Amino acid sequence: MLATVRLHNPRPEDRAGVHGPIEIELPSFLGMHDVMTNTDAAVSLKGVGKSFGAVRAVDGVDLDIRPGEFFSMLGPSGSGKTTVLRLIAGFDEPSEGRVLLSGQDVTRLAPFDRDVNTVFQDYALFPHLSVRQNVEYGLRVKRVPKAERRERAERALATVRLEGLADRRPAALSGGQRQRVALARALVNRPSVLLLDEPLGALDLKLRLEMQLELKQIQREARITFVFVTHDQDEALTMSDRIAVFNAGRIEQVGTPAEVYERPATPFVAGFVGTANLLAGDAAAAVLGTAGRHAVRPERIRLLAPDDPVAPDEVAAPGRIADIVYAGAQTRFLVDLEAGGRFTAVRHSRDEEREFGSGSGVVLAWRRTHTIALNDD
Amino acid sequence: MHLNLRSRIALRLAMALGLAVLYVPLLVVLVNSFNASRSFAWPPSGFSLRWWQAAWQEPGLRTALWTSVKAGLGATGIALVLGTMAAFAATRHRFFGRQAVSFLLALPIALPGIVTGIALNAAFRTVLTPLGIGFGLFTVIVGHATFCIVVVFNNVSARLRRLSSGSEDASADLGAHTFQTFWYVTLPAVRGALFAGALLAFALSFDEIVVTTFTAGPGTQTLPLWIYDNLARPNQGPVVDVVASALIVLAALPVWLAHRMSAEAL
Repeated sequence: MLATVRLHNPRPEDRAGVHGPIEIELPSFLGMHDVMTNTDAAVSLKGVGKSFGAVRAVDGVDLDIRPGEFFSMLGPSGSGKTTVLRLIAGFDEPSEGRVLLSGQDVTRLAPFDRDVNTVFQDYALFPHLSVRQNVEYGLRVKRVPKAERRERAERALATVRLEGLADRRPAALSGGQRQRVALARALVNRPSVLLLDEPLGALDLKLRLEMQLELKQIQREARITFVFVTHDQDEALTMSDRIAVFNAGRIEQVGTPAEVYERPATPFVAGFVGTANLLAGDAAAAVLGTAGRHAVRPERIRLLAPDDPVAPDEVAAPGRIADIVYAGAQTRFLVDLEAGGRFTAVRHSRDEEREFGSGSGVVLAWRRTHTIALNDD
Repeated sequence: MHLNLRSRIALRLAMALGLAVLYVPLLVVLVNSFNASRSFAWPPSGFSLRWWQAAWQEPGLRTALWTSVKAGLGATGIALVLGTMAAFAATRHRFFGRQAVSFLLALPIALPGIVTGIALNAAFRTVLTPLGIGFGLFTVIVGHATFCIVVVFNNVSARLRRLSSGSEDASADLGAHTFQTFWYVTLPAVRGALFAGALLAFALSFDEIVVTTFTAGPGTQTLPLWIYDNLARPNQGPVVDVVASALIVLAALPVWLAHRMSAEAL
């Protein structure tokens, strides 16, 4: 099956030998966005800010999201990530700055004129329409012929494994099923960008883990840019190609999950993505020999008895165990450092080394290279 | 709540008495419409359909009924359009004087009918009469619309306040233009409220007599006006009973329907 794309030559005098519009035949599984120059970012925010009255929700955000990327916007509630999503979708207009989709400025365009679709946090299904009618809605308002509408809706429902439920009303579905309908309703339009606003937030843990894998698979197969808003760092780390960490309306860091986790740029990122032990000021000078802000991941730390040998490339910090927290697969040790501050160290429960009791003196050791230097903010 | 036997009996008696006061008179009217006697004699002397037949053949009554239906439909139509638009404006937009508009719309239903009647009468006389528009069906419709709008307004705005804007955002997101969103998403959501509001508005208009008295011209007689005129006339008493009986049934139906519709809309 082939789709025809007509490109009008903008400069008639250059049209030597070419009469009428140039026609290029493309396989139909390619969306229109593939025709455009791939050098353009799928979504581009340039100096975007948004104020609601006196509240500064988004403050000077610059961001480029690549075509076909699974991009997560991670941050605590109120950090501006959902507002940024709404600015991309067009539900709100930015107070300043520009929003570009595939290189085209859409800052002033209404949501219905943008080639993006949204999966809402509460799904926002139409309660008076059946599952099939919900999924067909976007095609219906764009006057796609009925037969094609049917077929595409069937396929979208098959993608999310809901074939049997097409004639039900949303009220007769479970939370997970509604979530899938919302996904099918958006995917059926083959948008160039799919926006997902904490789509898994209302699901229980088991279903959420299942849907994480499924979403990732759908994204790979449909080759659509996903912009995924979440406050769950595990979710963001598991699913994303890249992550933007939001805090107080600003982006603190953009990077791959490994970059954000292994090399957090700011204390906020270090603390929000995973657990981090922070060393600053005098404590840092005492332990590391340099001042400034530093972080160490708990799983990088070895727990030693005071007389155990420390490797030459390791940093050692003596302290006393304040508390031991058993958490199944691992045990967390809370250690008060002699240099000041409280550290968390983690040991896998399978490690059958020596036992430590609460109150006993220990030495925390980690490789110098595992000390993360943080920017001052 | 736990009540002892005595207070339970007392409460049930009070409730039975209350319902009796409400419904026994209606029952008497109903029975009298089938009474063979001419003068409301009690107990009824025999069963007869003659008054129903007489009512059916009464030309003045038919005209009055038709006038009432036209007035009700006209007032309801105006109320639907204006009440719905006002409800959308007041719930979906923030503008200066929004609270005042809601208040001013609701006021006519609380105003005594006689005040509305006198005011409209004076206004029509000074404004419409010089333009060549006399008192008649049109003025009755406008008069009724003043208090019908608020019924639709209240129903629709209550529904809109419960309807999150999420569905409308989703519709726009899926490519629907403003009008498509209204037609496919918003309207179905408020349909029940519109219908309930329309039924109540029609019922209000249909039995209105005070405002009607002041806004109908001498040639225009709605059903309530006809009943009022004929009640005191000799020999017409039983015919009025027939009309009243028919109205009891007619009035119960839309109120019951509206009740069900608003219950569903919740």
